[in-house]
Amino acid sequence: MNANITTLTDSTFDEVIGSSEKPILVDFWAEWCGPCKMIAPILEEFAVEQSDKFTIGKLDVDVNVATATKFSVMSIPTLLLFKDGKVIARLVGAKPKGALLQEITQNL
Amino acid sequence: MPHHTRVLIIGSGPAGLTAAIYASRAQLSPLVIEGEPSSTSDQPGGQLMLTTDIENFPGFPEAISGPELMANMRAQALRFGAELRIDKVRRLDTTQRPFRAWLSGDEKEPSVTADAVILATGAQSLMLNVPGEARLLSHGLSTCATCDGFFFRGHDIAVVGGGDSALEEAIFLTRFATSVTLIHRRDSLRASKIMQERAFANEKIRFAWNTQVLEVLGESKVEGLLVKDTLSAEERVLPVTGVFVAIGHVPNTALVTGQVDLAENGYVRTGVGSFTNIEGLFAAGDVQDDVYRQAITSAGSGCVAAIDAERWLEAQGI
Repeated sequence: MNANITTLTDSTFDEVIGSSEKPILVDFWAEWCGPCKMIAPILEEFAVEQSDKFTIGKLDVDVNVATATKFSVMSIPTLLLFKDGKVIARLVGAKPKGALLQEITQNL
Repeated sequence: MPHHTRVLIIGSGPAGLTAAIYASRAQLSPLVIEGEPSSTSDQPGGQLMLTTDIENFPGFPEAISGPELMANMRAQALRFGAELRIDKVRRLDTTQRPFRAWLSGDEKEPSVTADAVILATGAQSLMLNVPGEARLLSHGLSTCATCDGFFFRGHDIAVVGGGDSALEEAIFLTRFATSVTLIHRRDSLRASKIMQERAFANEKIRFAWNTQVLEVLGESKVEGLLVKDTLSAEERVLPVTGVFVAIGHVPNTALVTGQVDLAENGYVRTGVGSFTNIEGLFAAGDVQDDVYRQAITSAGSGCVAAIDAERWLEAQGI
């Protein structure tokens, strides 16, 4: 995986989100989710192209149920944008790259 | 100058990708516009991207997952030289030849022209169109059991529908849910016998026959369904915290509406093989099939369309 993408777990989540200087976009995903696979390459591109604006984190909901439950994730892919430790945007469902970027940047 | 292709294939489910494999092996260098990422069946790879195991596609005795099967078909099309693009055809003009196709970002001028077009845009899930549905989509209401079933561990949930996909979802969801109530408007299922037997044998699945959903209840998450008994007209609340909608599909015909002959039920009308009423426009897969709708029939019709297109091009001397 891309070096600019942080893998998050239940045990590291709070610390990574709390200490992130830039806004961080967290992808709640799982291996068995087709639409998640479709947006994965888009997020890899964001990790390079948008690295001055936000960073990317990924959380596998299969093994990190506590964090997914805490943020009421009930459908994946769900993308949560965190700024200063708080959720500032919630994007549910796979979308084309342009539409995702627009929704993210208008919330930054 | 627009990019000219001999064969433009719109859609990348089993029909589109099989057409791409055949057309590329016939040296037609097809261009496939795959669609865009979405969480509906209207996406690259089509409806199979939202399914789990496919047990009835010949050649895979141990079953294969939908996304894996589609990744294989895609790789096979690429291997023979098909050009695949993740984009969406926004507009198609079939009134003159070559046909013209506008992609994302095209304003006045189309970026693609094509001698022949194979329309393989598939179908997508029908929604219930009842109050509460739009508000609670992704908050306990879903059209994709394989995407969202996981979040309903220990919940009592409902599946609406009576066909194969509804039963497949219900059976899959019993892995997570405490109980799954299948809500169906009639008193018998139209699903295949094997799926019915599996569902009837599953202790976690209950059946609400002759039942119609009137409203999805709950403010920020699903808290129940208001349903009506279609025989007695009696209304009651079904206490479920999750709802999966699998009531059927509508063909994705927006690109050709007003241009091509559609059947009464909205599907593209094809005569012999994949021919539509427009010369050079062929249709394959679920956009023209309201009867069989299987991965294998869809793939088969994609093959038919590629061969029809190849012969038609040859007869035209193009």
